[in-house]
Amino acid sequence: MAAMANFPGMAGKGGENPAVTHHAAGTSAPTKLHVSGLNFYYGAGHVLHDVGLEIPANRVTALIGPSGCGKSTFLRTLNRMYETVRDARAEGSVLLDGENVFEMDVVRLRRRVGMVFQRSNPFPKSIFDNVAYGLRVNGWMRKAELGDAVERSLRRAALWDEVKDQLHKSAYALSGGQQQRLCIARALAVEPEVLLLDEPCSALDPIATAKIEELLFGLKENCTLVIVTHNMQQAARVAEYTGFFLLGRLIEFNKTEIIFKRPRQKETEDYITGRFG
Amino acid sequence: MIWRKFVNAFMLSLTGLCTLVTVSVLFFVLGYLVFHGWRSLNWEFFTQLPKPVGETGGGMANAIVGTGKLLLLTIVIGVPIGFIGGVYLSEFGGKVFPFVIRYMTDLLNGVPSIVVGIFAFALVVMRTKQFSTLAGGIALSVMVIPITVRSTEQFLRAVPQSLREGALALGASKWKSIVTVVIPAGMRGILTGTILGVARVAGETAPLLFTAFSNRYWSPGFNQPTASLPVMVYTYAISPYEDWHRQAWAAGLVLLSMMLVANIAARLILSPKGAQNA
Repeated sequence: MAAMANFPGMAGKGGENPAVTHHAAGTSAPTKLHVSGLNFYYGAGHVLHDVGLEIPANRVTALIGPSGCGKSTFLRTLNRMYETVRDARAEGSVLLDGENVFEMDVVRLRRRVGMVFQRSNPFPKSIFDNVAYGLRVNGWMRKAELGDAVERSLRRAALWDEVKDQLHKSAYALSGGQQQRLCIARALAVEPEVLLLDEPCSALDPIATAKIEELLFGLKENCTLVIVTHNMQQAARVAEYTGFFLLGRLIEFNKTEIIFKRPRQKETEDYITGRFG
Repeated sequence: MIWRKFVNAFMLSLTGLCTLVTVSVLFFVLGYLVFHGWRSLNWEFFTQLPKPVGETGGGMANAIVGTGKLLLLTIVIGVPIGFIGGVYLSEFGGKVFPFVIRYMTDLLNGVPSIVVGIFAFALVVMRTKQFSTLAGGIALSVMVIPITVRSTEQFLRAVPQSLREGALALGASKWKSIVTVVIPAGMRGILTGTILGVARVAGETAPLLFTAFSNRYWSPGFNQPTASLPVMVYTYAISPYEDWHRQAWAAGLVLLSMMLVANIAARLILSPKGAQNA
């Protein structure tokens, strides 16, 4: 009986067993980020409980769940962005290609794990300088190379054709959707291995959203993508894998179609079918 | 019903009246200064040294240059200290320490300017045994530091947190994100605050009385007493000579015009059209 309780298939109640690491059935891709036993606190508040999962390389992984369930916080532990908040603390392990991110130099980590935020946040600089920013702080200075890299990044973010004649205009002259794609281009310029997207489309109209979803497909070749979204259709459209968070616990993590068609947990099913959240 | 209407009308007129009084004081001062100063302003005023007592004419070229040099020292010594202190308050530090610093800066801001003069006197003049431009510049720097600290802090705090996070997420170190993103984003406001702060101390007289002192001749370098516009206004205005009164008005007008220009420049910088490519 005791042995049965430790069997991974039985420990489904939202990772109450700390040893549980969710991994999707039939995963062919190697693991890029291996998270285990992750607990997160804001001061005295316990925000994430024993989260464990394996994020496959060169795939899109979506994280869904109701507001306040901890999915954004989870995302922010992956590049240690939570450290800008006072009294925030993470325990457990997050391995990036086997290397513990909590022991890495944070600047090096963030160069490997890029991030796009909920609200587009272009710098008050020209379009060119925005995209070149990450390269410049990484010590890239040569003009010709910089120009090439900026063009390449803008093309990957499907923005090049719209801005190629106005690279030296202020980034604030762009529309909301263009600004968000600019932020994606800016993140891509440093060629991150992982790109974290925190509800990147929540402030955009459906057309701008469609453009961004479309470009995400093209990025998988060189990049592992993790996207937090409120929008379940979006998760279904863009992600191969989906994790469902509820009240600070990872309830279920699996291939997207399994999550949406045959969820194993009752909570997941309730959320998917709109019974709460 | 009628009573309510009456109170309403009364309070409305009262606020209007007070606004009118406030604005008219400003215009009265301006008008009076222009009226008296304008007649005395001529080319000589800007190019010549003061004439000895009894001779009419002459100008305050040395005082204009003196004020310029004092402000230069203020900008070189006081503004950077205040600016960097403001960056610290806004970007670094825990909870208690910045609170203490902020409180002390406000106290420093409230120190009477004559006390600041005594401080600079003890610090510089007593040691060098000489009134000097340097001593005056240090006194004005002490005056400008708290103003610059608070305005820098205020404008940096107004920079959205999302910009800081954006820079950090691209692998910028904290210091680099501050230098390349946060400060440029707040630069227009900081510049405006600094210009206004320098303009304010430009009119200070008390800190200069026993630091820069005064001088009826040119003051070469930085370690001799120098004339300055505010001190000249003070000296000339309390003198018994008609011609000196005339020149005091003119000096007052020049000083006021300098501040006005600085103010307008600051507003232009702050207006969105002033600096499109921030």
